Amino acid sequence: MLQKTPLYQQHIAAGAKCVDFFGWEMPLHYGSQLEEHHFVRRDAGVFDVSHMTGVDITGADAEDYLRFILANDVGRLRTPGRALYSCLLTEAGGILDDLIVYYLAPEHYRIIFNSATRLRVLAWVKLQKKGFDVTTKACEGQAILAVQGPQAIAKVTQILPDCAEQINALRPFHSLQHNNWLIARTGYTGEDGVEIMLPASDAADFWEALLSKGVKPCGLGARDTLRLEAGLNLSGTDMDENTTPLESNLAWTIAWQPEDREFIGRWALQTEREGGVKKKLVGILLDGKGVLRDGQKIFFADGDEGEITSGGFSPTLGKGIGFARVPLPLSQACEVELRAGRRQAVQLVKVPFVRNGQTVFEPLVMQLKEDEEKK
Amino acid sequence: MSKIPNELKYTASHEWLREDDGTVTIGITDNAQSLLGDLVFVDLPEVGAQLTAGGDAGVVESVKAASDIYSPVTGEVVEVNEALNDSPEQINRDPYGEGWLFRLKLSDNTELDKLLDAKAYTAQVEEGESH
Repeated sequence: MLQKTPLYQQHIAAGAKCVDFFGWEMPLHYGSQLEEHHFVRRDAGVFDVSHMTGVDITGADAEDYLRFILANDVGRLRTPGRALYSCLLTEAGGILDDLIVYYLAPEHYRIIFNSATRLRVLAWVKLQKKGFDVTTKACEGQAILAVQGPQAIAKVTQILPDCAEQINALRPFHSLQHNNWLIARTGYTGEDGVEIMLPASDAADFWEALLSKGVKPCGLGARDTLRLEAGLNLSGTDMDENTTPLESNLAWTIAWQPEDREFIGRWALQTEREGGVKKKLVGILLDGKGVLRDGQKIFFADGDEGEITSGGFSPTLGKGIGFARVPLPLSQACEVELRAGRRQAVQLVKVPFVRNGQTVFEPLVMQLKEDEEKK
Repeated sequence: MSKIPNELKYTASHEWLREDDGTVTIGITDNAQSLLGDLVFVDLPEVGAQLTAGGDAGVVESVKAASDIYSPVTGEVVEVNEALNDSPEQINRDPYGEGWLFRLKLSDNTELDKLLDAKAYTAQVEEGESH
């Protein structure tokens, strides 16, 4: 029996085509995922992401505990309300999951992570508590909605006039709490917007209010093409326990400083960095006709091979795009095998492909040159 | 439930066929477009190409998957729906109308008798949905 979010009836009423998403019956689209994608880039869409898991971390050692289990450093969150993206690593530096950690109040943090790894991560955070004065408790009875797009803030503030001013003033990765709602200026689309965690009992009314303001319901299909264009990884697909942040275009999420902060995976990452990172996650763009797909192979002129971790179609560019893990050092010329025996040239690019409605990608060769100059 | 017009003929691989006066028009069914999701590219045969019943005729590609198109009958391609190159979404919107793929001049009228009628195709779709 699949789990349903508090908004399941609303999805059915909106014409959702649902699929089994890691044990949850979730909307794939409500008719056309392409239209939903464009709507988020041009106006505002709402995604039900209540299948994600929230865990509250409280106690005198909450900060120390999170500084130990996360590769990014919550010590950087100086004031309540701030939030941070981080990977949760194994001792070997592999990525258990990625998450956002919210600093809610002194000695009170919340992490929100993916549904695919729910049990594994819940067990992991419990296991690591040893020696820390912390309590971890999964959030119950909550819904999570992401309202995304250039008009998202305007529409949300019309519905929530009491805190409109505060929402307007929120900077990216800042959050506020209002009547048991957590409202954060974060997202997974490359557009402006908010992610809101609210009591399940409030969810249907808020959903209806959004729809009445012209916000369009969007499913997992559009969520995937939006995040691909935005250059955002999908945990479990683009990275997992067998890959590290250094191999996943996430070096920026590792807080190496201060040197004396011990965190799980630090030693492994340091060793990998000193030995020279062997692989890299890059953006790829197909110039010709076709759609890139997960698992397709990339062939380089020098005999090296890479593999597409996420492939798809970019509605904004009208082209096949994706991420591929490729061996270093890179040579530019490469081809993808679209189908057995059918190869086509692809470009390696620096992600994101699209940000705030605009095409922004650059050929990767420029980035490699920049890296060289920094050395 | 997807639309399955009575007057058309069908294949097990989800193509439809409409007879008009010695030529036949071919497309993919409403059920097929719904399973594929938003279509983003089509590869159509060339005008003048000889297709054989059950043989490759092209490819349609959606956000979800690429799917081969098979010709339901043997014949020569007399026209292809060029508009689909720019607007493949016509197939999603109107699979039996503006979303047609190509037209053939039939080589052998008796091949039409081997195709499924609406009733048989409906039964196949329902069988598929129960799995």
